[in-house]
Amino acid sequence: MTFLSIPILTFLIFFPIVGGIFLLPFMKMKNSDTTVKWVAVGITVIEFIASLTLLIGGNPGTFQMQFAEDHLWIPFANIHYTLGIDGISLVLIIMTTLLMPMCIFTSWVGINKRVTEFMIAILVLEGAMIGVFAAMDFILFYVFWEAMLIPMFLIIGVWGGPNRIYATIKFFLYTLAGSLFLLLAIISLYFEGGHTFNIVSLMGQHYSPIFQDFAFVALFLAFAVKVPMFPFHTWLPDAHVEAPTAGSVILASVMLKMGAYGFIRFSLPMFPKASVFFTGFIFALSLIGIIWGAMMALAQEDMKKLIAYSSVSHMGFVTLGIFVFNAQGVEGAILQMINHGVTTGALFLCVGVLYDRTHSRLLSDYGGIAKVMPVFSTMLVIFSLSSLGLPGLNSFVGEFLVLLGAFRANAAVGVIAAIGIILAALYMLYLLSKVVWGKYEPRSWALPDMNRYEWASLLPLLVIVVWLGVQPNALLSMLHVSVTHLLGQVSSASPLASLSGGF
Amino acid sequence: MSFYVLIPLLPLIGFLITGIFWPYFKGKGHIVTVPLMIASWVLSLRAFSETMSGPSVHLKLFDWIDSGSFHVAISLMVDHLTAIMLVMVTTVSTLVHIYTVGYMKDDSGYDRFFAYISLFTFSMIMLLMSDNLLELFVFWEAVGFCSYILIVHWYERKPSWVAANKAFIMNRIGDFGFMLGILLVYVVFGTLNYSEIFQKLPAHIHDSINLWSAFNGTTHYSVITVIALLLFVGAVGKSAQLPLHPWLPDAMEGPTPISALIHAATMVTAGIFMIVRLNPIYNASAVAMSVVAWTGALTAVVAATIALTQRDIKKIVAYSTMSQLGYMVMACGIGAYGAGIFHLLTHGFFKALLFLGAGSVIHSMSGEQDIFRMGGLSRAMKITFATMMIGSLALSGIPPFAGFYSKDLILSEAFQSGPTGHIFWMIGVLTAMLTAFYTFRLVFVVFLGKENFSEGEHHHGHEGHAPHESPLVMTFPLIFLSFMALTAGWAGNHYDIVGFLSQSMTVPHPTARPELSEDSLKAISVIVGLVGILLAYFLYAKPSTVPQRMAHQFKRLYSLSLNKWFFDEFYDLVFVKPTIFLSFLLWKEVDKGVIDGIVNGVAEFCQTSAASLRRLQTGQLQNYALVMAIGLFGMVSVFLFIR
Repeated sequence: MTFLSIPILTFLIFFPIVGGIFLLPFMKMKNSDTTVKWVAVGITVIEFIASLTLLIGGNPGTFQMQFAEDHLWIPFANIHYTLGIDGISLVLIIMTTLLMPMCIFTSWVGINKRVTEFMIAILVLEGAMIGVFAAMDFILFYVFWEAMLIPMFLIIGVWGGPNRIYATIKFFLYTLAGSLFLLLAIISLYFEGGHTFNIVSLMGQHYSPIFQDFAFVALFLAFAVKVPMFPFHTWLPDAHVEAPTAGSVILASVMLKMGAYGFIRFSLPMFPKASVFFTGFIFALSLIGIIWGAMMALAQEDMKKLIAYSSVSHMGFVTLGIFVFNAQGVEGAILQMINHGVTTGALFLCVGVLYDRTHSRLLSDYGGIAKVMPVFSTMLVIFSLSSLGLPGLNSFVGEFLVLLGAFRANAAVGVIAAIGIILAALYMLYLLSKVVWGKYEPRSWALPDMNRYEWASLLPLLVIVVWLGVQPNALLSMLHVSVTHLLGQVSSASPLASLSGGF
Repeated sequence: MSFYVLIPLLPLIGFLITGIFWPYFKGKGHIVTVPLMIASWVLSLRAFSETMSGPSVHLKLFDWIDSGSFHVAISLMVDHLTAIMLVMVTTVSTLVHIYTVGYMKDDSGYDRFFAYISLFTFSMIMLLMSDNLLELFVFWEAVGFCSYILIVHWYERKPSWVAANKAFIMNRIGDFGFMLGILLVYVVFGTLNYSEIFQKLPAHIHDSINLWSAFNGTTHYSVITVIALLLFVGAVGKSAQLPLHPWLPDAMEGPTPISALIHAATMVTAGIFMIVRLNPIYNASAVAMSVVAWTGALTAVVAATIALTQRDIKKIVAYSTMSQLGYMVMACGIGAYGAGIFHLLTHGFFKALLFLGAGSVIHSMSGEQDIFRMGGLSRAMKITFATMMIGSLALSGIPPFAGFYSKDLILSEAFQSGPTGHIFWMIGVLTAMLTAFYTFRLVFVVFLGKENFSEGEHHHGHEGHAPHESPLVMTFPLIFLSFMALTAGWAGNHYDIVGFLSQSMTVPHPTARPELSEDSLKAISVIVGLVGILLAYFLYAKPSTVPQRMAHQFKRLYSLSLNKWFFDEFYDLVFVKPTIFLSFLLWKEVDKGVIDGIVNGVAEFCQTSAASLRRLQTGQLQNYALVMAIGLFGMVSVFLFIR
């Protein structure tokens, strides 16, 4: 399938980047901010519509990489420009393109210096993120993986809060350090796997157990920092607190997913034996992450930190689900990735709505806003309920499937993970009590209800939160074949009988 | 499309219209929700009459979750149990909708309130109509959410949101067990569908599970018992049984209509409904049954002792609800499911009546809830007094009122149920006496005696005024419910409701004859009820110093009752404070201190070591020359030395 006679995946990657380049002349122009914002909205909306064609043209009945493109890029090292997606990357790409217009709407008021540069950074970032999900050549993947860091580094470092330099350098160096192990693994795979960087053909090889363990650990370090898994999570609260709203949304909704995507795309199919071998270790870190993130969230006074720590807890469910090696666990994990993207993205947008009015994120500065912002409060309540896993809204289905998968694999693991659901109610209701409920005391700032840009950014997410809660099959049906194929790759390499405990 | 779909759909439509367009209603939220609710009620009656003659109905609406071998659909199922519950739920809900028009008049959240009670009714109907455990769980949590959002209706008051949080979190703790129960059901039976579970049940009845396998334990437990107990944890939360009950009395911070609808007649009975729905599982586990029975019995008596000393009119009624729920749970535990549901239904009517009556009193007292600041209201509020009287007689189990038939059925079935049955019967009789006493304490203090308030007094900042009878929109539901409280018990007995319900159950109706004749059992429970009422009359109908003297005499017991057995204080000390303390401690010391400390330490190490190495790069040629000279000298000397 093509779009404007360009292969669709290439279009999706480079359209925003080229769009960003076309915005360059606006940097010198005065009073062009609104124009630039609308152009950026236009680009991201076209991008979203274009990404929907993947749904029409895609075939959910095959696990083969679709919309494949393959060109030789650097001949001497056999590096290709290879693109292709399966059901798993498809849903992640659509989630990404969906969230980008909202990131621009939420920056409408909050970003008022260097607007053009900001929009360029966002657009380049979008292209790189889609590249990560679409790349089927390991070097190409790595290029996009690292390319993502630069615009995000700038978004936090230029448009961030008072402590932005510390946060952005911490974010950059931490992720970069993790990524170096990824590069190490990629290069050694090239030599072990028959001098190719093609991801699909690298999956088809059998690697020696020792190499599997080594490569798994190397990839683990890269992905665990990105997810982030306990104890590699401390960059996240700092980065979120300092990032502008759009940066937080992209960070939480899309970039955190890349670590989990890496586990699904590389660790499991390429190193199944090592994956099974390290299952207990991943379970332990995931369970600690679920409980730890939730407890840390309880102790926070800053809304963004609270949500950041809740992300650690929610992403614990994702890594747990991936490694239970059954359909419910893995599909639940992917669903949880999307749900976390939508819900946490929406929660950060909500914090942005408040921050634009008050320039405070402290819970103690709020209270009783239901009185003055009833519509916004309703939205915040619904997104919080989604986050704490209320059935009927999106997050419940993912968490339930992960719990079911975990419980089937090992009952004790399922029980401990389920405690996270109680704790989620504690910290989200704590947030609501401090912000939405209570007596409203007027302060120096005015709190008008949502403006139209905020409506534009929150309403679509509200619809999705309800829709995915009622119709999760719309998403799950895109995953079945890819997940079954993935599980087949794992179980053909190692029998899973040893995993099921409790019965 | 079958009309069954409309029963839940109409309230949902009411919610959506009122909820989405609320700014346009401006205090007219009832014009959409009330007619839709009445229509849903009519259809429920039709559904009931069709189940009386026909088979049960099963409609699949849509596939909800499909993942691997796991499939769950959203379906509607109407059998005898569902049909009769639907009638009670939609009747009470319709009356509460009507009552709300008067009670919440001039409230700033009027339209919002209507939207949420319609959403609640939708969720409750779906809960009753669910055909599998996960669908039940979805609406189980949905009614919990509606309860939360309605308790917090007056969100500006701190007690409201504290109570709402407490309700949600305590229910979450119960649901934690419920969820684990569902997971275990799926792992054992491979399905969550009721009928499929029951089919496969005989094959798994002797299965065992090693709960501590993760810790190398070896003890095996019956898997059915574990399932039944885990699911029961959910019921304990939802139906406010010991020890997860403290949220229910606190939930009285919400407006009175929802206390009647959610916290008396419908949502809190969901736990009992679930046990009855899953009765084959419970029947298969004697251990679980006895846990259920004891939990119910203890809850019944503990709640009754607390109600004796409370001063808040709604809290008294709330503790009596908890106590009556204990009766129903006890009935389930001794296998008298039909009797439990019978009591659930009659209780739904007369307890909704008592709450709405209490609301009428509060309304006329401009928000006053302390019964000792009322008194003598019978003169001004004749309808409220008469209907509250009927409700109280029904609650106290005096014939021919509804509570007599259903409560008595539970007591006589308890008496017949084996060796522990006599103990349950005695607990039940004791509770019946306490119930009659505290109920009429309330009635006498509020309606008789002298007026303990001054007219025109200011309460809660409102303009005080003389007590007056409530408008017709509020008294009509009271009269209607009084009629039900008067007739529902007789009708249930006359038309053999237990036999009707037994068609939804696998247990036969017990046939063993009690040692004492049923008539003498009935006589005993009526006599203790009358004794309770007489005691209340002598102590509270006229001014008396006896209650104070008794409180002084039995100081410890009085304090135990007044302070609700110190459950709140205990939980605060053992769970709430340590969790918060631990969270802060771990965050400050471990997360920021150790984990982030290491991260920053690595960075700092690089920085400082680089900084000290940087000193070598002075940029002065003499230094470099000196270092070179020393280096050359060193190398040459090493070279010479080695050679």
